[in-house]
Amino acid sequence: MSNKIDLTLNINGQDHAVSVEPRKTLVDAIREDCALTGTHIGCEHGVCGACTVIVGGEAVRSCLMFAVQAQGKPIRTVEGLASGKTLHPLQRSFMAHHGLQCGFCTPGFLMLAVNTLEKNPAIGDEELLDVLSSNLCRCTGYQNIILAVKAAREDMRTKEEAVAG
Amino acid sequence: MAATLNPSDAKVGSQVGRSVPRLEGRDKVTGRAEYTHVMRLPGMVYAKLFRSTVAHGKIKSIDTSAAKKVPGVLHVVTVDDVMKVLKSPYYGPAFHDQPILAHEKVRFVGEPVAAVIATDPHIAEQAVQLITAEYEEMPAVFDEVEALTSDVFVHEQLKPAHTFADLKHLKDAKNTNVALSYNLRRGDFDKAFAAAEHQFEHEFKTQKVLHLSFEPFACICDFKDTHVTFYDSSQGPSFVRTEIARLLGWPENKVRIKVPYLGSGYGSKLYIKLEALALALAMIARKPVKVAHTFEEMFYQITRHPSTFRIKSGVDKNGKIVARKCEVYWNGGAYADIGPRVTQKSGLTAAGPYDIDNVWIDSHALYTNVTPSGALRGFGVPQLVWAYEGHTDMMARALKMDPVEFRRKNLAIEGRAHATGQILQDHPIEKVMDKVLERMEWSKPFDRGGNSHIKRGRGFAIANKAVISPTTSVAIVNVSADGSATLYCGTVDMGQGSDTAMAQMVAEVLNIPTEDVRVTPRDTDVTPYDMGTLGSRSLFHMGHAVRRAAEDARDKLKALAKEVGEPEGSNIPIAELFQKRYGMQAGNVIGSGIYKPDYTSPAPGTGQSPNVTPFWMLAGSGAEVEVDTETGHVKITKLITVVDCGKAINPKSVETQISGAALMHLGFTMFEKMHIDGGQVTNASLADYKIPGFHDLPTKLESLYVEHDQSNGPFGAKGVGEVATFCVGPALANAIDDACGVRIMEMPLNAETVYRALRAKMGKPLEDA
Ligand code: FES
Ligand code: FES
Repeated sequence: MSNKIDLTLNINGQDHAVSVEPRKTLVDAIREDCALTGTHIGCEHGVCGACTVIVGGEAVRSCLMFAVQAQGKPIRTVEGLASGKTLHPLQRSFMAHHGLQCGFCTPGFLMLAVNTLEKNPAIGDEELLDVLSSNLCRCTGYQNIILAVKAAREDMRTKEEAVAG
Repeated sequence: MAATLNPSDAKVGSQVGRSVPRLEGRDKVTGRAEYTHVMRLPGMVYAKLFRSTVAHGKIKSIDTSAAKKVPGVLHVVTVDDVMKVLKSPYYGPAFHDQPILAHEKVRFVGEPVAAVIATDPHIAEQAVQLITAEYEEMPAVFDEVEALTSDVFVHEQLKPAHTFADLKHLKDAKNTNVALSYNLRRGDFDKAFAAAEHQFEHEFKTQKVLHLSFEPFACICDFKDTHVTFYDSSQGPSFVRTEIARLLGWPENKVRIKVPYLGSGYGSKLYIKLEALALALAMIARKPVKVAHTFEEMFYQITRHPSTFRIKSGVDKNGKIVARKCEVYWNGGAYADIGPRVTQKSGLTAAGPYDIDNVWIDSHALYTNVTPSGALRGFGVPQLVWAYEGHTDMMARALKMDPVEFRRKNLAIEGRAHATGQILQDHPIEKVMDKVLERMEWSKPFDRGGNSHIKRGRGFAIANKAVISPTTSVAIVNVSADGSATLYCGTVDMGQGSDTAMAQMVAEVLNIPTEDVRVTPRDTDVTPYDMGTLGSRSLFHMGHAVRRAAEDARDKLKALAKEVGEPEGSNIPIAELFQKRYGMQAGNVIGSGIYKPDYTSPAPGTGQSPNVTPFWMLAGSGAEVEVDTETGHVKITKLITVVDCGKAINPKSVETQISGAALMHLGFTMFEKMHIDGGQVTNASLADYKIPGFHDLPTKLESLYVEHDQSNGPFGAKGVGEVATFCVGPALANAIDDACGVRIMEMPLNAETVYRALRAKMGKPLEDA
């Protein structure tokens, strides 16, 4: 049972050398072996999205992936969103628009939204809603999450324009 | 900005009434907020549970031998082992009826029978698979109405906790499944009903649904022979402390409960859940033990009460309701948990926000062989409103009266007596109803959708609830020598935003920015007593205590100023005040506040009391729907919810509480249901038990409040955690009836139910599946 494998997980730009059983999920490895507990575990079977992280540029459910599968791919978690003390526009906007209550779903939503807006900064409202609908929240009633992501979309766009101009 | 004693620019209302972003928001968006589910202690080991597969039976044998051999397994524990460390292994808030692990008998499928403690949770889980048990199966009872007369008894004898005076007479009662019957009698129902021009009788039902908070139940117990510490996902640390102290026979000061942020609770994490088990396991392992549920396991912990509500009303020729009888049966499951309180505290409002002279209420808490039921965002009231507001619309329809006018004629307005006899005060139910109607544009012509198979309809509902009483809260405000303020209060912020709202109250009194107030994490070694974060009581009760504590601190600072010779009205910086008094940055000023409202116990048998609640919660919802009569599919085009919040301390938080509660109850109303077959839950996972997602949002969801100053409330405020849940169900059912003329008496209102009802109405019923 405990034939452990050595692997390196690159999370938020930092290498973590870990030794894990092949059956270990990515979320467990991130939380237990790399001590990054910002990624939450909810349903553990791919429905809620609380465990969403970005692996190799794609938002994935880290409870549905084995740690070994993430070897060699850059992994991003909620801990890597802010740069130093400066929060990511999405983090700011979730706070300002009350896009969270208990906050347990929040890291997953943030990673999903970051990935979506980075891939498609001009994403339309309807498509945005479709993407976001892959995650669940039991508290807020979603309206403020939508509000927060839309506001961040505008914020990120103006920033890009400012950089481009 | 330095805090000063009497700032000249101090403005009343500069902190309360402001949509302050949540104080802990930054921790939550950076992944740094603590939750019990993600916590680890050095040397910690993990427990997993082996659960019963039968609904009711005697335990013949448990074989743990194979599990014990798994490398990494430290202990495999049954109740016999538990009883070596805790003589009486029974716990519970109203009855001491729940064993830490099944004792001699199992009473529901999923009941914990044995626990494996291992160095790794996956090893523990694997070992659990190797445990086997043999049971002598016994007949079981699942339905709440059957349980009343069944000769299957879930418990051999009842064991009420000594804390509740009104349960004393049930001590050792045998041959019954009734854990409590609450009765209210006002006027003469029989006579008034018999004499009434119109008589109506209906039966409504609600299904078994559950909280599914996203952080599942979790508890870590670190037991030492001298004291014990819990890290606990709990809504009521003070209660946990009392109950653990009782189990150990220890004084409370040796029991410490630390509660980080909660990945919500909605009533599920109240009273005592995993704590007694964690205690026993930690005593056996002599190491910190963590018990953390998976999502699946939450289906075997606690749910909402299914209910059957038989309601009868007599109406006179003018449309005035003259008599009402409410018989409510609550399906409490295998262990009482707080069911008896739900039965009583919601039972007293079973007749609704109406002015009726002759009222008869019987509300029964029943044991059955399913997962226990407890509090879920409304303490039973949503189940009651489901019935009485459906009933109201059905009567209006039968009487050919406008549903608005019918309600108006019967509203319980301020100054009138409630069914309990209490004179209604701060009860602006008509204001709430009017706001719903205004937002629904009720008086304008309504488009019913022409001749297509899509039929449009609309409906609304109103409700009230009495806050649980009497309960106590204590708070401390500590001003440090640099002038900064810290609040110690036991209200658990599980997402409702209490930390921020309480800090706003402190800031308002001390004239400082809310953002500068620190709220300590809950820790019973430090934070004073609070009855629990439940029933929308906190903003009112703890709010009072917090305000008093802040005022006490302010007064003490003023006294200190006098003591050091400051002139009256001096605006000395607080830090300087401490400097002057102690010669350096030293000392504290500690203010404290306690609140417990006045209360008169309802008279036994009649439920009458002049003062049964310190405040009323009021809500209304309106819904517009489109029913596809070919499929039964219901599209919700509008859902408006209005509550009376007294005064919005944090308007954005209030709105989010309303929208979250409304959408949660949209789920309960439209599709959520625990399917139970022979006592076995057949959809115990988030994949099979659907909860609302983005696409279930109504086209238009409005969350509104009115502010009717609560005259005895802190800053005029009262709680709003539950109130938006009350009316969603009946508003939707009334709208569906309005659209296509079918009345559904049992939730959920999914496409199959609606289609079946449509077919039945056409005289072509579908066969049962
Ligand atoms: S925990 Fe991964 S999707 Fe729910
Ligand atoms: S904020 Fe609690 S689950 Fe989303």
